[in-house]
Amino acid sequence: MNPADRYVPRRRPRTRLAVALFAIVAAVLSALAPDAGAEYGDVVINNYSDGAGMRPVVFPHWFHRVRYRCKVCHADLGFQFKAGGNQINMVKIIDGQFCGGCHNGDIAWSVENCNLCHSGKPGTLTQVHESTTSQIASPPARVTAK
Amino acid sequence: MRVRRALVAVLVAVAAAASAQVAYKRAWPTLAADGLHDPASPALAILQEPSEALSALPPDFAGNLVNWMASLDGGYIKPRSTVLADTRVTLRSTDVLLKRTGELPLVVFPHRQHTAWLDCTNCHDQLFQQKAGGTMINMFLILQGEKCGVCHGAVAFPLTECARCHSVARGSDAEKTFRNLVRE
Repeated sequence: MNPADRYVPRRRPRTRLAVALFAIVAAVLSALAPDAGAEYGDVVINNYSDGAGMRPVVFPHWFHRVRYRCKVCHADLGFQFKAGGNQINMVKIIDGQFCGGCHNGDIAWSVENCNLCHSGKPGTLTQVHESTTSQIASPPARVTAK
Repeated sequence: MRVRRALVAVLVAVAAAASAQVAYKRAWPTLAADGLHDPASPALAILQEPSEALSALPPDFAGNLVNWMASLDGGYIKPRSTVLADTRVTLRSTDVLLKRTGELPLVVFPHRQHTAWLDCTNCHDQLFQQKAGGTMINMFLILQGEKCGVCHGAVAFPLTECARCHSVARGSDAEKTFRNLVRE
């Protein structure tokens, strides 16, 4: 006998249940619609900014990947796959490392445009915004390097 | 058993409702309202708004609501591969089959889509051995942001998109096109 024939499914109650659940969930979701929320992949880097009285840096992945492939930053420029994973400071950037590989006034805006990168809400933790990982497994790290 | 079925029904309903909603309104929050930028920052008048750049790109239902691979393949974007003069760009097109997927369909890892964006050294050999099947990968690690989860769930399409990786039915003709987990 085909194993699938063993059950006589009671279609109607289950369909009704599913429809009811769907309606409830849809209603709840539309009430809680995520209108605000930064772009998926936006990174906040706040290793030193708060301590230095600057706004934290917001790095928009979407903006950069329109113009550069991942490998440019993550292979050539040495960016780790971890928010705040490189101890980036302004000395290194002016020296041409990390952000300074492009933000040198030649390829992209140079370091005197402080506010364009340091544009985050003060006190925002270092994190990858909207990451599934921080939603499911662990919240943004509270540890900030000094 | 009934509880389990109800749970499955709830999960399906959540996923369906969520995707229906995203598909319904493809809208991006403004920088001032995104919760990360300081609304008082003078940068907001200068920085590009996501909607300006992303609304012109092929749509998706998750992440940035942009199908980044279609954007690249279709020539909608032409991101540079290098800023250094001596960088060697390596591309590869081998598909790899991952068979330890429990009850879910098998996973196909396509090198073409990954090397279009990434360098070999981004994954090999720190995250993944070069030998097919040589690395222990599971969803517990991925959900904690390890292995595939380094990017998928942070910047590449998110972990709610199960079927994009789990794409080959067990015992299907597609599975038979792989030899020793590899398809050239």
